[in-house]
Amino acid sequence: MESSDKSFERNNGLNLKATELRLGLPGSVSPERDDGAEDNNWYPSGEVKSLVSGDKRGFSDAIDGCSGKWVFSVSGGSEVDLCKGGGLFSPRGFNVGKSLAGSEGKNQQEGVAATVGKVNVTQPQKPLQEKRPQLSTPAAKAQVVGWPPIRSFRKNSMANHPPKNDDNAEAKSGCLYVKVSMDGAPYLRKIDLKTYGSYLELSSALEKMFSCFTIGQCGYHGVPSRDGLTERRLMDLLHGSEYVLTYEDKDGDWMLVGDVPWEMFSNSCKRLRIMKSSEAIGLAPRVMEKSKNRY
Amino acid sequence: MQRMTYSFPEEVLEHVFSFIQSDNDRNSISLVCKSWYEIERWCRRRIFIGNCYAVCPTMVIKRFPEVRTIELKGKPHFADFNLVPEGWGGYVHPWIIAMASSYPWLEEIRLKRMVITDDSLELIAKSFKNFQVLVLSACEGFSTDGLAAIAANCRNLRELDLRESEVDDLNGHWLSHFPDTYTSLVSLNISCLGSEVSFSALERLVGRCPNLRTLCLNRAIPLDRLANLVCRVPQLVELGTGAYSSDMRPDVFSNLAGAVTGCKQLRSLSGFWDVNPAYLPAVYPNCTRLTSLNLGYATIQSPDLTKLVSQCQNLQRLWVLDYIEDSGLEALAASCKDLQELRVFPSDPYGVEPNVSLTEQGLVSVSEGCPKLQSVLYFCRQMSNAALITIARNRPNMTRFRLCIIEPRTPDYLTLQPLDTGFGAIVEHCKDLQRLSLSGLLTDRVFEYIGTYAKKLEMLSVAFAGDSDLGLHHILSGCENLRKLEIRDCPFGDKALLANAAKLETMRSLWMSSCLVSYGACKLLGQKMPRLNVEVIDERGAPDSRPENCPVEKLYIYRTIAGPRLDMPGFVWTMYEDSALRLS
Repeated sequence: MESSDKSFERNNGLNLKATELRLGLPGSVSPERDDGAEDNNWYPSGEVKSLVSGDKRGFSDAIDGCSGKWVFSVSGGSEVDLCKGGGLFSPRGFNVGKSLAGSEGKNQQEGVAATVGKVNVTQPQKPLQEKRPQLSTPAAKAQVVGWPPIRSFRKNSMANHPPKNDDNAEAKSGCLYVKVSMDGAPYLRKIDLKTYGSYLELSSALEKMFSCFTIGQCGYHGVPSRDGLTERRLMDLLHGSEYVLTYEDKDGDWMLVGDVPWEMFSNSCKRLRIMKSSEAIGLAPRVMEKSKNRY
Repeated sequence: MQRMTYSFPEEVLEHVFSFIQSDNDRNSISLVCKSWYEIERWCRRRIFIGNCYAVCPTMVIKRFPEVRTIELKGKPHFADFNLVPEGWGGYVHPWIIAMASSYPWLEEIRLKRMVITDDSLELIAKSFKNFQVLVLSACEGFSTDGLAAIAANCRNLRELDLRESEVDDLNGHWLSHFPDTYTSLVSLNISCLGSEVSFSALERLVGRCPNLRTLCLNRAIPLDRLANLVCRVPQLVELGTGAYSSDMRPDVFSNLAGAVTGCKQLRSLSGFWDVNPAYLPAVYPNCTRLTSLNLGYATIQSPDLTKLVSQCQNLQRLWVLDYIEDSGLEALAASCKDLQELRVFPSDPYGVEPNVSLTEQGLVSVSEGCPKLQSVLYFCRQMSNAALITIARNRPNMTRFRLCIIEPRTPDYLTLQPLDTGFGAIVEHCKDLQRLSLSGLLTDRVFEYIGTYAKKLEMLSVAFAGDSDLGLHHILSGCENLRKLEIRDCPFGDKALLANAAKLETMRSLWMSSCLVSYGACKLLGQKMPRLNVEVIDERGAPDSRPENCPVEKLYIYRTIAGPRLDMPGFVWTMYEDSALRLS
């Protein structure tokens, strides 16, 4: 590639060094980056680390300090898989160095996820109702954002009504984008519910996404906990926090997140809203009633 | 020349200009001389703005004071695939406010990928007394309450088209806001709405609008109600059904068949959600009239699809799921000699194994059998250079070619080589190619071909391709007519971009995400090119907090005479000469 690089410069009368448009001070040589196609690792190895550390400076502090912001009831009926590793989790908006989730494989994601301070639980708080099976069906490999290039409208149409005569209808098909709004935030986000396997993953992802709005209100818990979900933190999740995570279900009702098994939730959730706790007070009794009716 | 301009009074010139509709021609006219510029600007009625941030409302209004029709586009194309974070921008409200006071006679608003709120809709409803056409394509930010305002106030509304917009669907009552005296509806497309509209209101509405030509219903309208609607509108040209399924009941079937057959002018069918194949024969009598058929949501199998399309001998446009398979496409090629546009969508895009027998062969068949084929969008799982070369040779009249091989970087399945030569053949033979989307395993070589041959190319989409900056350089230096370039996950960095910076001012926009363009290069570009907005989109936090040679997540560069925009969210930074204004 090097030689063809130089020849293209010569043939086209292109002398990149002489043009004004280059990085660095005039006279200095900008660091050559490896343009060769030797490997698929586009990012020089040094880059990945710096990207990650940059990330830590930005959001991780907020996350570590601000965890316990989200409250949802982790009742007996819900699946709380606290041991799930980094596998599927990665808020798709974050492109931390590795661009292809699909081809890089689980290990890479876990490594990256761990370094950015993902909650990696070692100690389950409650006995697990049922351990969530790994998404082992070959049909459910990790998806690359926005690929294949299919419009959201089509994706959501097909996701809500999986095709008949399709054996794979059981397995995770497609993705389901739902809007997430937060009271007081200037804009909302869209997330793909199918990339999360549990409430915990969802909560962590949302924290990351919206922590930039709440940095000012941070300081609830000074101690960053990076080892995992401590008992104290889980209790904080459950009780007394500023915000509550709610969702609108298929019937148009607003419910607290966390009451029903994850699968049921992800299949019926149309939209999410991070509500101020003070506003959500009226929500609980209805939720209880509705749950009773369901079961 | 001076004699010429004084020999025709302005009114005459204006009359002459009124026959010139094309924007490019109008722009050319306005450059002839100052008086032509003045005359032209006063009589321009139609404005198209491909990037709402390329210009600001006051500039447009100042130059063109008598506009009746405006079309605006907002977000980059890749927003369709969720690559543009929510809140990026594309707000139409400032435009509506400006036009409300300056264009009281505005008749038509067409928006694509913009954010429009209920407030905007209400303002439209109240400000423009002769408002006639509202088309919201892939828009969002509004609810059915906004639609109610339009329905209630726009007495001369002819067209309401919500194609693929995301509507906050509160309920179906909005439709009832059309007053009983309202009869001017010509076109209604509500196919994107989720909830049920009031059916009786809909029935009465379509019944009292004698000019109704297009009716695209939403999924919630059940099949057994469809006949009642359709038989009130026998003059329909375009029909979009709701859910096309029901338990098989002979009376429903015969009613439907009768109603549809009664539409002697029917040319276009769409909808077909949840199809029960037993009901398909209800549309058979109409098949020979059809020029456009959208079965993109019809989850039926190849035999049923084949039988249906084989009867549509006059079909010009077909959108279908890959359930049609190679065999169905062969039948299409044999029956539909007028076919111009084919789109084949994937039924199971995330499955690893193919679920249908659709390969490159289907597309080859159509390219052989359909001499007028010029527009293709094809999702498949395998492709070969040989097939692409065959397609290119068969169809040199191709103008739009978008191929999506579902797995990124898939090589030629026969030779395991990159697909460079195949796509090279496409650009070499199809000399009028305007739009191209690439996929599969591709090296810098394919870009060399594109730069060499694709001289009429206006829009190029690239993903997971190329080896080095050379690839990008070939595109930017070779494609003379390039207007829109969108790139994701390619190893293109600073060199080619900076070396071809001037090219960017000749284009509408450039999108690059998950590439290797550094923050430093973005800053440099922003400083050197004041007529470009260089937007860095990065959800990891301020780019200042990372080293300068760190690649940015996403980059959107567009030419503008409006300067940096002021409505950016916290994850977008415009690269600026004035560093004081650069937020961190």
